[in-house]
Order: sequence, then C-alpha cells, then structure tokens
Amino acid sequence: MLWRVLLAVGLPVVLIAAWWFGSSGSESFYWPSLSTIVDTFGPTWTWDMFQEQVFPSLWRLVVGYLLAVLLGVALGALIGTFRSVRSLLEPVLEFLRAFPPPVLVPAAILISGIGDRTKILVIVFGCVWPVLLNTIEGVRGRDEVLSDTCRTYGITGTLRLRHLVLRAASPQIITGARQALPLAIILMVISEMMAANEGLGFTVLQFQRGFQIPEMWSGVLLLGLIGIVLSLLFRLAERSLLGWYHGQRAGQREW
Amino acid sequence: MLEVKNLHKVYDGHGRRVTAVGDLTFSVPEGQFACVVGPSGCGKTTLLRVLAGLLPATSGEVRVQGTPVTAPPPGLAVVFQEYGRSLFPWLRVRENVELPLKAQGMARTERRDLAAEALAAVGLSDADRAYPWQLSGGMQQRVAIARAIAYQPRVLLMDEPFAAVDAQTRADLEDLVRSVWQRFGVTLLFVTHDIDEAVYLGQRVIVLSASPTTVAQDLTIDLPAERDQLTTRSDARFTELRAQVYARIQKVKAPAAEGAPA
Repeated sequence: MLWRVLLAVGLPVVLIAAWWFGSSGSESFYWPSLSTIVDTFGPTWTWDMFQEQVFPSLWRLVVGYLLAVLLGVALGALIGTFRSVRSLLEPVLEFLRAFPPPVLVPAAILISGIGDRTKILVIVFGCVWPVLLNTIEGVRGRDEVLSDTCRTYGITGTLRLRHLVLRAASPQIITGARQALPLAIILMVISEMMAANEGLGFTVLQFQRGFQIPEMWSGVLLLGLIGIVLSLLFRLAERSLLGWYHGQRAGQREW
Repeated sequence: MLEVKNLHKVYDGHGRRVTAVGDLTFSVPEGQFACVVGPSGCGKTTLLRVLAGLLPATSGEVRVQGTPVTAPPPGLAVVFQEYGRSLFPWLRVRENVELPLKAQGMARTERRDLAAEALAAVGLSDADRAYPWQLSGGMQQRVAIARAIAYQPRVLLMDEPFAAVDAQTRADLEDLVRSVWQRFGVTLLFVTHDIDEAVYLGQRVIVLSASPTTVAQDLTIDLPAERDQLTTRSDARFTELRAQVYARIQKVKAPAAEGAPA
C-alpha cells in the first residue's frame, strides 16, 4: 500500500521539486520562479475571485459535460440498437465530427451571443463524440447469450434498456466519458478566451495582456488543479459504477 | 408438452448451405424428463434454440403447450451452457433471479418469496447478496437454475448445462436437476453429449443421428425414479442402457457427414 502511494506521488513530487529549484533564482520576467507563483496564488484567487470567475466557468463545464454524456449515451444507444438509424445518421455524424469544435465559436457567438449558452454548446459539441462512439461500440458488442437470456425471459423495453443495453455498454461509456473530460476543460478555456467577459480562460488572458505574469501562471496552475480534482472525482464515480466490471475481470484472472 | 414435427433447419450464409437439422419429429408429454444425446455437431443446440423461439425453423413445426412457437414462448425457461455469460454480472444473485419476474410485472414481495424459495431449492440461500462472478462455476449454474425455477415455467430446456464444470460438481448438479424436476413437475428437455448423464437423468433418451439430424433411437429409461450416483450407476440395467445408447451413437457417427454447427 505504502509502496503504491510512493509510486503514485513519486514522479509528481520530483517534477515539482525540479520546477521549484530550477526556477528558484529566475530573473526572467516571463518565467517567474515557482515560489513567486505560489506566493501570488493566495492573493489572486480569493473567494470573491472564485465566485466571480471560477464558479461560472465550472458551472458551464459541468453542465456542458453532463449534457454531452447524456446526449452521447442516448444517441449511441439508439444508433447501436437499430441498424437503420445507424445507416441514416452515420454520414452526417462523420461530417459533423470532422469539425474542430473551436471553429464553431465565432459562428455560435453570432447566433447566441457570448453568454453561457454559446460556451455550453461548444463544450457539448466537442465532448459528445468520444461518448457517442464508445457507446455505439459498447451497445453493439454486448453478449449474445445475455441477449438470448433477455428474450427467453421476456425482459423487454425499458427494463432491457436499463439492465442489459446500458449496463453492458457501461465500461465503454465510461471510457468515452473519461476521454471527454479533459476535452471539456480545454473547450471551456478556449471558449472563454474567444468570447467572454468573465471566467477562468478570460481571466488568464487578462493577466497575460496586463503583464501580470505570476498571476497568469497561477491561473494556469489553478486549471491544472481543477483537472486533477475532476479526474479524481471521475475515478470515484467509476469505481461505484463499474465495481462489477473490475471484480469480474479480477476473478477471471484468478480462475 | 413439447411437440416437434418435421423440423428442418438450414443455415444459409457465406455461400454455404449447411443442413443442421434434417427431419426431426418427436414429442415430450407433460411432466416428462427427456434427454437428447447425439454426436457432436448433430444440431442439438440448433434444436434447442428453435424450441426456445430464438431461431426460426426453415420448415416444420414446433409447439410448446400446444401453441406454435414463433417467438420465445411464455412459460418456457432455458438454462444455457455458458453460465458465465447468461447471468448479469452487474446484478446480485437475487436480482438476477428476480429480473424475469420483474419483467412480468410481479409485485416486489411475491418476487422476493419466489426468489428465496428458488435459491433455497438449489442450496444457495446464503449467496443471494453475492455477485455471480464471486461464485464458482457450479454455483453460477445453480443460480441460472434457480432463475429458471423462479420463473415457474411449464417447460424447461437445458443446453449442456454441466459441460463446463468439474466432475464432482457435475454429479451434485445432476442430482439437483432430478430433485428440481420432481419437486416442480416441469416438462424437461435436457440436451447433453454425455451418454452417462443422459441415461442417469432421463426417463427417456432421444438419440439423434449425425447431421442432417433425425431421431436415431427413442429409448425409455426404465430405471427406478429414485436415483443415486452410486447405486444407479452400478446397476446392471443402467450399464445395459448405457451400452445400448453408446452403440447406437457409434453407429450413427460412422457415416461421417459434413460438419454443422453444434
């Protein structure tokens, strides 16, 4: 246990130490020392600042991400179940998927302004793809014996959807959702850099334009920390949703 | 009650026509325990899947309780060979047993009682909170049997259910199936490739020919109803019947036919 903890935190500790000592005597205006950045962090990211700049960003991130997951799973279940829907939608989806999501930002601003809606839209548009594609694969790849079991025992409709289709696809759905998470953070920042008057991305850009370099770096640091916290939360959710999956795989290795 | 009349099944795919079932006619009366044996690749599983309504017949007719089978018939349960893949790994044992009942719209308390009774009948009362993958192979197949019992079927189909468990577990499960059949009075069709098992379990053994499949022999097993692994298997009559079935299978195997899916 101790060994595993050491392994997990070992490299980050080394990297942070390297950054800390490597930059300690830095005279460069653009590359302030880590200690300067950390010192700036507290005064910069006050509770007021969190309320004004960070929470609105996180709100858009969470809403956009959850909408993307919901949409991806719903569409994916539909496409994975019915071959006709698949043939109908596949060309359009391939076309839409080819768009880099940030390209949509200027157009979206014209249509729905620079409010929350535009940014959420951009996040949804970017994050839906990994969820959608993984869900389709998961739904299509479910076990035949289990499908036969449902048929013989008359398990149909929503009961089948809940207990067979979605659960059988859940390992892939989770994989897609995991891939979508960093995308959501990236798109949140990008959308705020292109069109916003508040938010984390906007604030970091403001610091840069105002030559508040340590403040800018502290914002970058904060984004990284948010990423770590979100991925930890994700792992917790995964553990409770996929306990059966990991248990089953561990069991198969044993027997 | 199970009726199979001139059943014919051809797999048509990839430019190759494979006749899995040639011309099959037999019926199993209400409450009988019938075993189906045949050489490997003789279409046993195909027959079972057609009976279960999972596969359409090419021609001929199959009836369960008098009704022609076009879709999985109500009142029919199946225990599949692949126990590891027929249980829902994300549901606990009791939830697995209850799910078909839930699909029927049965009330919660009634479901609980039936599941508890079925799990007790297979000796798994203590494992109702476990996940299937936490159990051994034999126990998983017990869960599948409990699920079938709780469903209260009139007809129960079993597709080589013990092919993947070890010999001792297998003997236990054979006795379990006998006791379940006696207690719940279902019509039971048990498909196996094991001659000993067929003779030990059934009131009747239907021997299938190699593909294209027909009934090669229909044998009544006149062993006493109370069977026991030790005494029954050393019974002179058991040995005789077993030899008879074995000889028959060797004979139908001889004209090696084209391969067909098992």
